[in-house]
Amino acid sequence: MIDLRFRVNGEWRSVRVPPLARLLDVLREHLALTGTKEGCGEGECGACTVLVDGAPVNSCLVPACQVADRDVVTIEGAGHESIQEAFADCGGVQCGICTPGMILATRACLAEWTARGEPCTEAGLRRALAGNLCRCTGYGGIIAAALRAHGGAT
Amino acid sequence: MAFVGAFTRRPDADAKVRGAARYVADLDVPDAWLGGTVRADVARGRLVRIDRDPGFDFTRVVVVTAADIPGRNVVALITDDQPLLAQDAIEHHGEPIALVAAPDRATLLAALAALRPVIAARTPCFDMEASAVVWKRIAIDRGDVDAVWAKAHRVVEGTFHTGSQEQMYIEPQGCVAWPPDRHGVVVVRGSLQCPYYVQKALMAALDLPAERARVVACTVGGGFGGKEDYPSVIACHAALLARAAGRPVKLLFDRHEDLAVTPKRHPCRVWHRTAVAADGTLLAMDIDVRMDGGAYTTLSPVVLSRGVLHATGPYRCANVRVRGAVVATNHVPYGAFRGFGAPQTCFAVERQMDRIATELGMHPVALRRHNALAPGDRTATGQLLDDSVAAHAVLDAVVAETGCARMPWRTQKRGRRRRGFGVSLFWHGAGFTGSGETKLKSRVAAAVLADGRVEVAAAATEIGQGTEAMLRAIAADSLGCGAADVALTEPDTGRAPDSGPTVASRTCMIVGGLVAQACRQLRDRVGGDEARPFRDRAAAFVRDGGDGRVEVEYHAPPGIVWDEANYRGDAYPVYGYGADVVEVEVDVATFAVKVLRFCTAIDVGRAIQPGLVRGQIEGGSLQALGFGHLEVVTTQAGRLRQDRMATCIIPTAVDAPPMRVLLVERPFQHGPFGAKGVGEMPADGGAPALAAAIEDAIGIAVDAVPATPERLLAAWLQTHPEEAL
Repeated sequence: MIDLRFRVNGEWRSVRVPPLARLLDVLREHLALTGTKEGCGEGECGACTVLVDGAPVNSCLVPACQVADRDVVTIEGAGHESIQEAFADCGGVQCGICTPGMILATRACLAEWTARGEPCTEAGLRRALAGNLCRCTGYGGIIAAALRAHGGAT
Repeated sequence: MAFVGAFTRRPDADAKVRGAARYVADLDVPDAWLGGTVRADVARGRLVRIDRDPGFDFTRVVVVTAADIPGRNVVALITDDQPLLAQDAIEHHGEPIALVAAPDRATLLAALAALRPVIAARTPCFDMEASAVVWKRIAIDRGDVDAVWAKAHRVVEGTFHTGSQEQMYIEPQGCVAWPPDRHGVVVVRGSLQCPYYVQKALMAALDLPAERARVVACTVGGGFGGKEDYPSVIACHAALLARAAGRPVKLLFDRHEDLAVTPKRHPCRVWHRTAVAADGTLLAMDIDVRMDGGAYTTLSPVVLSRGVLHATGPYRCANVRVRGAVVATNHVPYGAFRGFGAPQTCFAVERQMDRIATELGMHPVALRRHNALAPGDRTATGQLLDDSVAAHAVLDAVVAETGCARMPWRTQKRGRRRRGFGVSLFWHGAGFTGSGETKLKSRVAAAVLADGRVEVAAAATEIGQGTEAMLRAIAADSLGCGAADVALTEPDTGRAPDSGPTVASRTCMIVGGLVAQACRQLRDRVGGDEARPFRDRAAAFVRDGGDGRVEVEYHAPPGIVWDEANYRGDAYPVYGYGADVVEVEVDVATFAVKVLRFCTAIDVGRAIQPGLVRGQIEGGSLQALGFGHLEVVTTQAGRLRQDRMATCIIPTAVDAPPMRVLLVERPFQHGPFGAKGVGEMPADGGAPALAAAIEDAIGIAVDAVPATPERLLAAWLQTHPEEAL
C-alpha cells in the first residue's frame, strides 16, 4: 500500500491504496467520483477518460502511483460550462455513459488547439475523439457540440 | 401544441454531462458483496459434478448451485428450456454452472478459481444448415408462386448471408439485488430495458408472488436490445446470491464476460428466387430464411417472425412464398438487437433487388420505385395498407437530395480509389408483431398530485433514446400544461403499471399513445376554463375531492386483425419507411472502404421530439454501416473470437460519415399526434446500401456482410484470377 497524494478537481487528496491500483478505481471507490465510467477496462472505449496535468488519459490503464503529486480533473470538476451546455443542446448526449469521457477529451483537444492557435476542424475533431467510443449518437451530435463549444469559446 | 414537434433539451442531459447520473455500477450499496459466475468451458457436455479445491476456505463466501434455487430452474421468458444454472446438460460455452458472492474482489476471484466443474464433453453442432433441431418454423403464402416461373421474363436467384453483431452498449450489464426484506420483498436494480420481464423471471426462480419481486431500472448506459432478455439471468443470479448471503449482492459484468455470454444478433442466410416481368414488375417472390438461434430458444421465435414478415421488403407482389426457420446450435444463444431479424432479411431483399436491376439493365432506383408499396396495396400476409404509407415519399426524398437516380450504377471504374453509390428502401413494423400488443394489454397511469402537477406512471425505460422527453412532451400537450408540470415515475414495478417492455419501436406509438389517452381523460375530468393554467385547475380539482387518477389499457385500433396460425392479416398496426443512399470509396490495393457520404430519409409518422429522432436515426444508421463492413463477430468451437473491445470493433468518430437526415412525416391516425416508431428502422437499410455502393465501385457482387477487406479480396480474386499471388 502507498499513501497517494494528488490533486483532484483542484483539491489535494490523500488515499491509502495499492501502488498498482487503477486510477479509475481510486477515483470511483476511494473518492466516490463515480462520474468516471468503466466501459472496457483495457483502454479501448475512453469512457474512463480523465485529465492528468491537462492531458486526456484512460484512467483504467493508469496505475495510481503515476499520479502522485499530479493534477487530475474528472467530470465532476470539469468546469468549462460551454462544453457541457453544447453537449446537452446539440444531441451530444443519449445514454450518457460515454459523455463524461467524451467531454473531457473534447475539452483537452479544444484547449490544445486554442493554445497553439490552430483552427478547430471537423476532421481534426473526429481524429481527436477517435479514442472515445459512442454507440448511441453516430457522433454527429458530439461533433456539432464540440464545434459549437469551440465557437463559443473563441 | 407547445412541446410536440419542438426542440427541447432532454431532461436527463444535465445530470449526464455533469457525471451525476447514477448507473448500476455507481450505486452506493452499504455492506454489498460482489457476485461472480462459474461457467462451462466447453460448448456441449454433461455436468458430472463440481469439485471444490480443499485449499480454499469456502466459509468466507457464499456458493449457489442449481440445487439452491427455491423456485423453478428456468429463465422464464417464452419457452422454459434455459436453466438459470446448469444441472445436467451443458449446451453452450460460458453456460452458468455456479454462483459465488464474496466480500471483496480478491476473495471472489479465488473462490471462482477454487470451484472446478467436471464436464463430460459431447459433440457440439455449430452449423445452422446441418442442425436438425428447429426452435420455430414460419410459413407465409400469398397467391401461387409456382404458377409464375414459366411465364416470367426472368427468374433471378440469390443467396445472402449476414453475420452476427454485438450491441456494444458502452455500459456492461449488471444488477444489484437485495435479500428479502421483512415483508419478504426482493428488490433488484439494474441496467435493463424491461422491468416486467425481469419481474416475471424473478417470480419463477424465487417462487415469489408479483408483489414480492420488485424491479427498478437504473439509468441505462445503452441497450439496443442487448438488455431486453439477458438482465433476467443476471437479476435472478444476483437475487439468489443475495438470498443466500443475507445481504445485497452486486453482480456486474466486465467487458470480457459481457461479450462472452450475452446474446447478439442472429447470423442469417436468406435465399431468394424472384420472377420478374420485362418492365421490372415483381411477379413472384420465393424466399427461404434460416437463422442460427443458438443453444436455447430465448427470443428467437419472435426474431424470426419479424425477420420473415419483413423479408419481401416494402414491395408489391401478388405471389409470395416465405419459409423461415430458426434452429438450435451450440452457440451462445442469439437474441435481440435493434431491428430484431429485419436487418438480416432487409439486406437480402435489397441485394436481390439490385441483382434484378442488373439483370434487367434497370436503374436500382427505377426498379424500386416501380415496385414500392403504395396506399391500397397489400403485403404478403394480405394486410391492406391504407394509412401512412411512405415508401415512395422516402425514396423521392433521398433521390431529390442526392441526385442518385441520375447516377449510373455498376459502370466500370478505374484507378486505385474507386467511388460508388448504393441505395436501399426499407420498412419496419411499429410495435409488437402480430397479436403481441393485444396479448400484452399494456397499462399506463396518470395522476394529479396535490400541487396540480401530473405524475405519469409507465415502465418504459430511458436507455438513451429519449423516452423521458418524448413521453413528457406527449403528456404536456395532451393535458395542455407545461412540460415541467409533468413528472415521470421511475421504471419501477412497485410504482408503475406494466406498460410493456422497451423494445420493438413501441415506446412512442404504444406507450406514448396510452399516455396521450390517459392525459386527455384527465384533462376532460379536470375541466374548467382552459384559459386558466391546468396546474391551478388540477390542484383545485383534487383539493375538492375529485378523482385525479386515470389508468388506461391498450386496445388494438379497430379493424386490426391477425391470424397467428396462418400468418395472415395485420402483422403490425402500421409500418415506418426509410431509404438510404451511401457513397463509398474503395481502395483496390487494400480493399479498405471509406464511407464518404450518407443520406437517409425516415418516415416516423410524426417526430414528437425531432432532435431526439435525428439522434436515433444517426446512431442507428452508424450501427447499420458498422454491420455492413466493420463489425465482425465470429466464433471458434463455440467461443467468441472477438472477446474484447480491441478486436470486437465498432465505428469510431473517424469511421462515421457526415450524415444527412431527412425526416418524412406521414401521420398515422392511431398514433399519438400521428407518431409511429423510430428506434429500430435505421438499423435496416445501411448494410445493403453500403454493399451496393461497394459493388458499384469495384464491380464485384457483395452478397455477404460484413464486407471486410478479406472478404472483398476473396471476391475480387474470383473475378480477377490473374491477380492472385
